[in-house]
Amino acid sequence: MEILGWLIPISLGLGLLGLGAFVWTLRHHQYDDPAGASQRILAPDHDDHPMP
Amino acid sequence: MVSLPHPSPAACPACIAAPMAEGIAARLGATAAGNLVLSVPAVHCAACISTIERGLASMPDVVSARVNLTLKRVIVAAIPGTDPERLVARLARLGYAAHEMDEAALAATTLDAAGRDLLMRLGVAGFSMMNVMLLSVAVWSGADGPTRDLFHWISALIALPTVVFSGQPFFASAWASLRAGRLGMDVPISLALVLASAISVFETAHSGHHAYFDAAVMLCFFLLAGRYLDHRTRALARSAAAELAALEVPRAVRRIGGVETTVPVAELAVGDEVVLRPGGRVPVDGLVLEGTSDIDRSLLTGESLPVLAMPGSALSAGEMNLTGLLVVRVTAAGRDSSLHRMADLVAVAEAGRGRYNALADRAARLYSPLVHILSFSAFGYWMWQTGGDLRFAVNVSAAVLIITCPCALGLAVPAVTSAASGKLFRKGMVIKNGTALERLALVDVVVFDKTGTLTLGVPQPTGLAGHAPETLSVALALAAASAHPLSVALAASLRAQGVAEAAVQDRHDVPGHGVEGIWQGNRVRLGRAPWVGAAPLALSATYLALGGATHAFGFEDRLRPGAEALMAALSARGIAVRLLSGDSEAAVAAVAQRLGITQWAAETLPEAKIAAIEALRRAGHRVLMVGDGLNDTGALAAADVSISPASALDAARVASDIVLMGQDIAGIADAIRIARVVRRRIKQNFAISALYNVVAVPLALVGLATPLAAALAMSLSSITVSLNALRMR
Repeated sequence: MEILGWLIPISLGLGLLGLGAFVWTLRHHQYDDPAGASQRILAPDHDDHPMP
Repeated sequence: MVSLPHPSPAACPACIAAPMAEGIAARLGATAAGNLVLSVPAVHCAACISTIERGLASMPDVVSARVNLTLKRVIVAAIPGTDPERLVARLARLGYAAHEMDEAALAATTLDAAGRDLLMRLGVAGFSMMNVMLLSVAVWSGADGPTRDLFHWISALIALPTVVFSGQPFFASAWASLRAGRLGMDVPISLALVLASAISVFETAHSGHHAYFDAAVMLCFFLLAGRYLDHRTRALARSAAAELAALEVPRAVRRIGGVETTVPVAELAVGDEVVLRPGGRVPVDGLVLEGTSDIDRSLLTGESLPVLAMPGSALSAGEMNLTGLLVVRVTAAGRDSSLHRMADLVAVAEAGRGRYNALADRAARLYSPLVHILSFSAFGYWMWQTGGDLRFAVNVSAAVLIITCPCALGLAVPAVTSAASGKLFRKGMVIKNGTALERLALVDVVVFDKTGTLTLGVPQPTGLAGHAPETLSVALALAAASAHPLSVALAASLRAQGVAEAAVQDRHDVPGHGVEGIWQGNRVRLGRAPWVGAAPLALSATYLALGGATHAFGFEDRLRPGAEALMAALSARGIAVRLLSGDSEAAVAAVAQRLGITQWAAETLPEAKIAAIEALRRAGHRVLMVGDGLNDTGALAAADVSISPASALDAARVASDIVLMGQDIAGIADAIRIARVVRRRIKQNFAISALYNVVAVPLALVGLATPLAAALAMSLSSITVSLNALRMR
């Protein structure tokens, strides 16, 4: 059961990593135009001016 | 610009909308940006995005352009002082109709702080839920002794901060509703969160078997999901409403001592002189000082024929100046103008509108007391039964609260309405009011206005084949020289028929009368009947004097696209149709006949429209009013539910629940179909969540509910309800 001492912090750390990534996307306005993002990926030209 | 005041849904006191305050705050904060926002309702694909962005970016004064497909807008960073009209014209050349929008609307929607905040809390709750659930699975599958205690403590470490952070919207609104002396839906939710956390900490400290950390966090997650969906639907509706308000940018040209300045309408005072250019809307009530022109009063009265304005005639705010330049002395501005006086009529009509009880309100009113009674009576019973075992009684009481807690109920309505309003938004309809779809589902009579609603208010000449080619070519030559809508329509359809212009010299516009010129040495005139010397017809027409004879060109209003399809769809559904118009009998009869409407009335005054709708409602009908004019505003407010096209006057759009963004009117039939589906789905969702409670509550009451049972009931019911909502087609 000593392995729990490793596994629990690791799993919590991975979860926190995900949470951090979510907060980052939120801070960078990535949920402002979900419909647009899904269409832009189909356009042939490069998106030169992504949202700040 | 807010939708009509409706009782705020008790299921969701936290989403008390404060659009006005936000709008004002945004207006104050949004002056610095050189950003322009244009609404582009037609943008729908990847190609549209690059066409628009590249087209705008190639303009010299545009720094960058960014399309937001979700909101169907383009945000343009431009050199300060860029005229938005040029951007609109550029987009029109690219094939996209666009409207300028208020900066305030921009600020209110891009800085959707409340939505971002909810999303953040939702994300945190989701993270904790997954981690606590992992630990809980271990406990459920048989971990015991120190391992179980350790897992419970780690769960507590994750869950307690989450409940404090993510539960704030519920705590805040529960506190607010308690202070107002009501038992909202958030009171049992908060109670469940607090009680579940407290009892779990106590149990963990005494190394008990059951801890409800997972339930508390899951409760937060599902309820926040419902709340976020609800918020998004409202925010979309609110920004659409702001967008509509911004379509009519209220400015006027004031003349002081020969100097013309553009000022906001709010700054005009009685006695000011205002210059009205052709094609502009009259911003104030006033008297004409100089100039003659034709005035389109269709939005105010429903008349499709323009009337003559000359020095001395009175104008009302909301009318459209068509042909000549006018100088007007202001007799009433702002709050006193006829446009605003019409608001009183709306207020009266609204008072008569039966207050609709949203399905969610009705459910909450039934549910909220029941939850408390069940939980407290379980507590009391087990205290008595076990002879004062507080720990067990509180445990049962918490389990009952958690199980009955309206997870699925909180999702039942928002999941359905957000799916439906997204669907309608893609079809070009904007829902301004939360309960509009529920009310629309019950409609059995539809009342239409004519001018601007069933017809486009764009005239179309009829019977051109009955004229000699020579007559037609002279008419075209004269019509081409005028900006009057009848002339424009006549010239367009003559050109479409391949008629060539006759050589008419010295053509000039006589504002308010028509056009005249010299053809083969003779004076020819195209215009009003008295000026030309013709006998006027009953329908709208223009007249040509050629040689000794006069020729009449009759016009009919062009039907709005989809009007015929809509009538067919409505009659297929067995919904009765009526036509109430302020226009003349002949014009209304013609449209009614073309659309096969048997029940119609012409020359109806605004009060008569309201009375007609109230009579229908008293007879037990549920009425949908579709209209666009100021004369319809009262009727729109009096009906059970109302729809107006985007071209409608501001006041009419405020009074209506749903706004049609496109020209096509056939979508209304679709909206009614979707509304009926929505109502059915909401009821099904209530039934599903009730069913889960019927199964789970007895278990909780007898003290058999384990955290595992609570978690299963909660997640299964929430997921079923969401899936049911997504089934919408």
